[in-house]
Amino acid sequence: MSKKSSAIADVRSAAGTPKNGPAAHPVNASLSADQKIGLYRLMVRIRRFEERSLRAYQAKKIGGFLHLYIGQEAVAVGCCSLMGKDDHVITAYRDHGHAIGVGMELNPLMAELYGKVTGCSKGKGGSMHFFDPARNYWGGHGIVGGQVPLGTGIAYGLKYKGLKGACMTFMGDGAVNQGAVHEAYNLAALWDLPVIFVIENNGYSMGTSQARSSAGDLARRAEGYGMAWGVCEGHDVYEVRACMARFLEEARTNSKPAVVEIRTYRYRGHSVADPDNTYRAKSEIEEYRRTKDPIQVFQAQLLAEKVLDLALVEKIDVEARAEADLSADFAEASPFPTAADLQKDVYWEADNPSERKSGGRLFFN
Amino acid sequence: MPVLQYREAIRQALAEELTRDANVVVLGEEVGQFHGAYKVTEGLLAKFGPKRIVDTPISEAGFIGMGIGASMLGVRPVIELMFWSFYSVAFDQILNNAANVRYMSGGQINCPIVIRGPANGGTNVGATHSHTPENVLANHPGIKVVVPATPYDAKGLLKSAIRDNDPVMFLENTMLYGDKGEVPEDDYLVPLGKADVKREGTELTIVSYGRAMVLSLAVANTLQQEHNRSVEVVDLRSIRPLDMDTVLASVKKTHRVLIVEEQKPFCGVGAQLAYMIQSEAFDELDAPIGRLCTIDSPSIYSPPVEIEQLPNVQRILKAALEALA
Repeated sequence: MSKKSSAIADVRSAAGTPKNGPAAHPVNASLSADQKIGLYRLMVRIRRFEERSLRAYQAKKIGGFLHLYIGQEAVAVGCCSLMGKDDHVITAYRDHGHAIGVGMELNPLMAELYGKVTGCSKGKGGSMHFFDPARNYWGGHGIVGGQVPLGTGIAYGLKYKGLKGACMTFMGDGAVNQGAVHEAYNLAALWDLPVIFVIENNGYSMGTSQARSSAGDLARRAEGYGMAWGVCEGHDVYEVRACMARFLEEARTNSKPAVVEIRTYRYRGHSVADPDNTYRAKSEIEEYRRTKDPIQVFQAQLLAEKVLDLALVEKIDVEARAEADLSADFAEASPFPTAADLQKDVYWEADNPSERKSGGRLFFN
Repeated sequence: MPVLQYREAIRQALAEELTRDANVVVLGEEVGQFHGAYKVTEGLLAKFGPKRIVDTPISEAGFIGMGIGASMLGVRPVIELMFWSFYSVAFDQILNNAANVRYMSGGQINCPIVIRGPANGGTNVGATHSHTPENVLANHPGIKVVVPATPYDAKGLLKSAIRDNDPVMFLENTMLYGDKGEVPEDDYLVPLGKADVKREGTELTIVSYGRAMVLSLAVANTLQQEHNRSVEVVDLRSIRPLDMDTVLASVKKTHRVLIVEEQKPFCGVGAQLAYMIQSEAFDELDAPIGRLCTIDSPSIYSPPVEIEQLPNVQRILKAALEALA
């Protein structure tokens, strides 16, 4: 990446921040300067990680699909920053931002992209299938909408076991027309499950715009199920947090589900394989990048708040680039899994032979 | 020893496991107030209450996916499909999520779910309600597939399935629900992946499972009594894991094999079995491996013709006599 895309860029005037705006919401007003810097740093780390992964993809170090999150960083960071230790996250295949958002280290993520055994899924999942259940991060799922019943089930499991917390179940705007999503909405509302369905609306389900794919308002569909719903702008991390906080609290406290649409935008194609020259104008991307880039918006806000200064902005950026480079070095130096690993992690019983109760063959070669 | 119906044996397994483990929960359409479409879960709601016996909407992708998600947290859902035929609308959840989540997470996540219900033809319900997907399910590494034929096996296998840490697909049969057999009241288990020689014989091995095995057993008795031919019947009980040792031991004893299955022939369980038998016991075979399946068309409604379409005692007897010739 050239220096032109540095985090130091046009500084939007923050003078217009209203006293009753998202920044003043208690969930944001209560943040310390260090916590605010932490949110900013997380967004920069996500972007630099993804830019580095794109270079690795172009160098043919990464196979398959690479669905980049660039432009959407405030959504994952805003939502995941609200997680308590009892809260859970599940998402679809554009999953790098959420993984970093819940605190996963960059090394196992980059190694997973490289298909290495040191990857977070031992090289068995790839870009679309990051997991870290120890951090309540349940993936990383490749089929549009297929993870939504799973997230509902995590919420059901929390309620069944009498545990605290809620499950944020992310999907894209393309997922809202899948039947499984509506089935999950119905079950969540019918049984008062502590799940927030988060629609990350980046405007395009692959190359089909919202206007060409979805009837009506996306989040408003919740009304048909008697669920609460909300909409917010996803380029402003303060707004994401302010919007999500009340729905999360309602889920945690009263076990009430909700649908939240967060409007955002992706700068890259659906995946890196998408040349992105058929369904939207370059000027549309440039306009968003110029006026609503989530990192630059938050940077301007924090500069105005005197939480950040330009030296710290530069330091965070340099460190994030270095960390991303190191993760690529780690991935490069790591070994691939071997053919002998193919049939591990398939069956619990096969991996725990001393505790196996069944007989017979599990594999057929 | 108490004599129970096949459905009662399954119910007893559910009740015992619900009592034993608070993480076990039964979910499905009409399993509670209605007492189960085939009365398998009759009385369980009164005994265990609505938290443990959960009536779901008609929403298989939703509640199966939900069960898979809950199992990732350590709940042990036992999901009833009113018919296994309805798995098709939950296919993505079963085959992408239940089968793959352990693998794609590098072994970090388990999926201890059981999905059970009837999977058979023979009740004149036409092509949409008569699917036998054991071959389709078993084609997916990560999934286990069990097909019990007797009340004793149904209870013991279901208890093993519920305690298993991998996803288990449990395929019952509406034509067997009323069958009776001896079922111990004690806490016994039948392990998955252990075939059972249901009848010993010397001249021909019939390898089968489910209701086709029950019919094959009747044919074997007829062959003994009316033709003085000695036929061994191996009940696979479990499709994946698969007990090839028992199959091969029988082949080495009789040197002739007939596979009988209530499957359409193309890419069915029998195709895999025949491949493995010829591959591993070629020199033991005195004749080509025979195979009798459901006749290869969508399942017909017309009652007398459906009987002809499925493996029945006449068709099995004819195939067995050919195999013995």
